[in-house]
Amino acid sequence: MRLAILDHGHGIRTKAMLALIRVVSGHPVVDAVKLAFYRPGFYRAGGLTQEAMRGPSEWSIADRELMAAFVSKVNETEFCIAAHTATSAIAYNDGAKVSATLADLETAPLSEPLRATLRMLGKLTRESKVDADDVLMVLAAGASEQQIKDALAVAFAFNVTDRLADVFDFAVGDPKAINAGAKYLLARGYR
Amino acid sequence: MSDINSLHTSLVARVLEGEGQASPEIRRAAFNNEGLAEPIGKFVEKVAHKARMVTDADIGTLRKAGLSEDQIYEIVVCAAIGQATRQYRNALVALSAATGRN
Repeated sequence: MRLAILDHGHGIRTKAMLALIRVVSGHPVVDAVKLAFYRPGFYRAGGLTQEAMRGPSEWSIADRELMAAFVSKVNETEFCIAAHTATSAIAYNDGAKVSATLADLETAPLSEPLRATLRMLGKLTRESKVDADDVLMVLAAGASEQQIKDALAVAFAFNVTDRLADVFDFAVGDPKAINAGAKYLLARGYR
Repeated sequence: MSDINSLHTSLVARVLEGEGQASPEIRRAAFNNEGLAEPIGKFVEKVAHKARMVTDADIGTLRKAGLSEDQIYEIVVCAAIGQATRQYRNALVALSAATGRN
């Protein structure tokens, strides 16, 4: 973590809670959690991320976790790629599907609406813009207008989180810790 | 259907107008990625467009310019939310154009 305040600047109660998390989980507290609990009156994006990732949607939780992993892959954010690849793999109970998507979107075993949606999110993340033709291709592939809105909400959340993870230099945990974090996200969400 | 619009509005208001150590003017300029003096201007540009390329030295440059860690933290958060917001709004406009609605 590049800013010491994000490691050690929490209030006494939060420090005690982070220590408890470390003991109970048996893993170091992940940097994303330290960020979430630092001055929560300022940033506090957990509610928005929770709504995008766990709120009602025609996309499954696994689909939205895959979108998070895919956007993070485009941004080359190692922490978020690892975390959301693991979460999506568990949610789908199909790690190969997630790996195939991140390796080659065009040949991965995905529904066409999801493939087209990921293609659009990739362009938006890479170029910071899409146009009506890009969206029309997603609609033509069978995604609904609401599904596109829901996917854009996921992309927003991770285009913020990826930047913070990269700039603050979030540490990537070992595979056991990443897996434990993924299970926590599926059980408890982002709040 | 999920709806992040009200959550997005309150998030943006909080980071731009809420209590902070960087001035509201600097936070808004970081959000908009425009009108910032150096070295903050180049740093915010990097956060917006090449965040993975940010280095310890970039943070060190801001420290040497007299910025505190909390000010750097706030500037980074505002820059990240600003760029993601421009992407999000651009895509919503494209969606409206595609569906023929305003």
